[in-house]
Amino acid sequence: MSRAIASLPAQGWVGKDARRRRVRRPARAAAVPLAFLLPVLVFAVLFFVYPLAKNVQVSLQDYNLSSLYTGAAPYVGLRNYTHLWHDPVFRTAVGNTIEFTLLSIFFQLTIGLGLAVFFVRNFPLNALLRSLLLVPWLLPLVVSGTVFRWMLDTNNGIVNRILLDLHLVGTPVPWLTGYHTAMAGVLICNIWIGIPFNMVILYGGLQTIPAELYEASALDGAGGLRQFWSITLPMLRPVLTVVSTLGLIYTLKVFDVIWVLTKGGPANATQNLTTYGYQLSFGGLSRFGAGAAVGNVLIVVSLVLSLIYLRSRRSEGEGR
Amino acid sequence: MAARSARRSGPAGWTRTGIGVLILAVMLFPLYWMVNASFQTNAQIALPSPHWLPIGGTLSGYRDALREQGRHFVTSVVVALGTTVLALLIATPASYAISILRARGAQAVILFLLVAQLIPGIVMANALYRIFLPLHLLNSVGGLILADSTLAVPFAVLILRAFMVAIPRELIEAARIDGAGSIRVLLSVVLPVSRNAVITSALFAFLFAWGDFLFASTLNLGATDSTPISVGLYSFIGAGTNTTSWNSVMATAVLASAPAAVLLVLAQRYIAAGVTRGAVKD
Repeated sequence: MSRAIASLPAQGWVGKDARRRRVRRPARAAAVPLAFLLPVLVFAVLFFVYPLAKNVQVSLQDYNLSSLYTGAAPYVGLRNYTHLWHDPVFRTAVGNTIEFTLLSIFFQLTIGLGLAVFFVRNFPLNALLRSLLLVPWLLPLVVSGTVFRWMLDTNNGIVNRILLDLHLVGTPVPWLTGYHTAMAGVLICNIWIGIPFNMVILYGGLQTIPAELYEASALDGAGGLRQFWSITLPMLRPVLTVVSTLGLIYTLKVFDVIWVLTKGGPANATQNLTTYGYQLSFGGLSRFGAGAAVGNVLIVVSLVLSLIYLRSRRSEGEGR
Repeated sequence: MAARSARRSGPAGWTRTGIGVLILAVMLFPLYWMVNASFQTNAQIALPSPHWLPIGGTLSGYRDALREQGRHFVTSVVVALGTTVLALLIATPASYAISILRARGAQAVILFLLVAQLIPGIVMANALYRIFLPLHLLNSVGGLILADSTLAVPFAVLILRAFMVAIPRELIEAARIDGAGSIRVLLSVVLPVSRNAVITSALFAFLFAWGDFLFASTLNLGATDSTPISVGLYSFIGAGTNTTSWNSVMATAVLASAPAAVLLVLAQRYIAAGVTRGAVKD
């Protein structure tokens, strides 16, 4: 989630520049802006275009450990992809990715919204408390993962100790080592990490709702709950769309948290597409072709989702 | 907004503060638990009843952490600073060209950078590994800086551009009339005015690079000297469910979170700007 902010500046910007750019200039004058743009163009080609093209190429090859040294990797057509289709681990990873993503977003969004509604009212120390709530989101993901690994430890972790002391469970829960409980374990950590981001963005959205709406509805006798359903939620819809789509795109590729907590285990119970892609390429077998294929599947899914995202942004903008 | 806040504040205000503190306590409990464990002895940590305060604690966790992880910490600082400098060197002229010089194709560049941010890191790592191998950039600090820049450059361009677009044209025109060239305008007009945006993008470039684990654990897999603290921390616990030295693991985790905590305190408003910019205000 740590990069979740990264694409936020997307919104509504495309129009502004288009309007500004209408002036025609002679060729020489156009060379100056291009010179300033050159570093980023070179960077984009070297570090985005080329790697992505290379990844597509490799996904069509039988690229393994020896290929790294000999450079020889026979083309195998779509075989990497057809293998994935029949690969039970890949199918498990797809199912896990969907489960992990949907549950993460649901809880991050509802808890984040609850906190935003709470903090949008003015009270002493509000700003200080809000900024301290950001800390979980700024931490390196490996740190968060490590701390949760310790807290969720079956025998020694604080979570099980509290649960046992309160007699909520009779035996320690194997949060990260049990086949049926590991998904809950990684979800708890990932939800915790994502709550601050959701809260901050939704808080900003709440602030744009005119106070008059609440005042008018209060005069009509609407209570707090009624106001939430009839004013807050509908008015917040555009922001909710943005946050959930960004959440979707970023949760799909979560790696650090799962890798630190469970490495995708036990028995692939928490394996998602990213950890599986990692295992194929870097897990000792160096099956870079297969790993690239998994990565490309992930890219296609992300691209489709981002198109939906950009489109929903645009139609929201036109609607206003 | 102001009217609304005023309307909502009332005598119940401090009750809400109390609830807010409780929420904060729950949300930040993992951090407290990390700091708490980092000061305890491993014998204390292993006791069946948890120590809620690090009383009778020890600094040996930190001694171990510094001995084992000091190098990694320094590497992290170098990589994060290098990424910040590189990202700004690329992003500043780019956003200047896009927003003020109105370069052709600016829209395409922006759209491209937006999409580039969505590319899963594992895809980049997979490709960069094979690209870096023949160039001898694997297991090097320089290679890691280049890889981490792919996280920082798009974000920096978009943040800086959003800010520069709002700079009054009159300011630029006035400098032009005084005979300033494009570079001069950038250095003595645009950059000073954009100070806040530069700080925000630098901050996030640093945090992205500092927090990176995926690139470091793939591209620098074989290096013990040039791995950052994220990998150092991971390999501390990666050996298995070895819980004999949780205090030094937690001390390392505290060290690894130190920059984020310090930056949050020192530069809180820039972080808020980075999170919310463009999210809700078009």
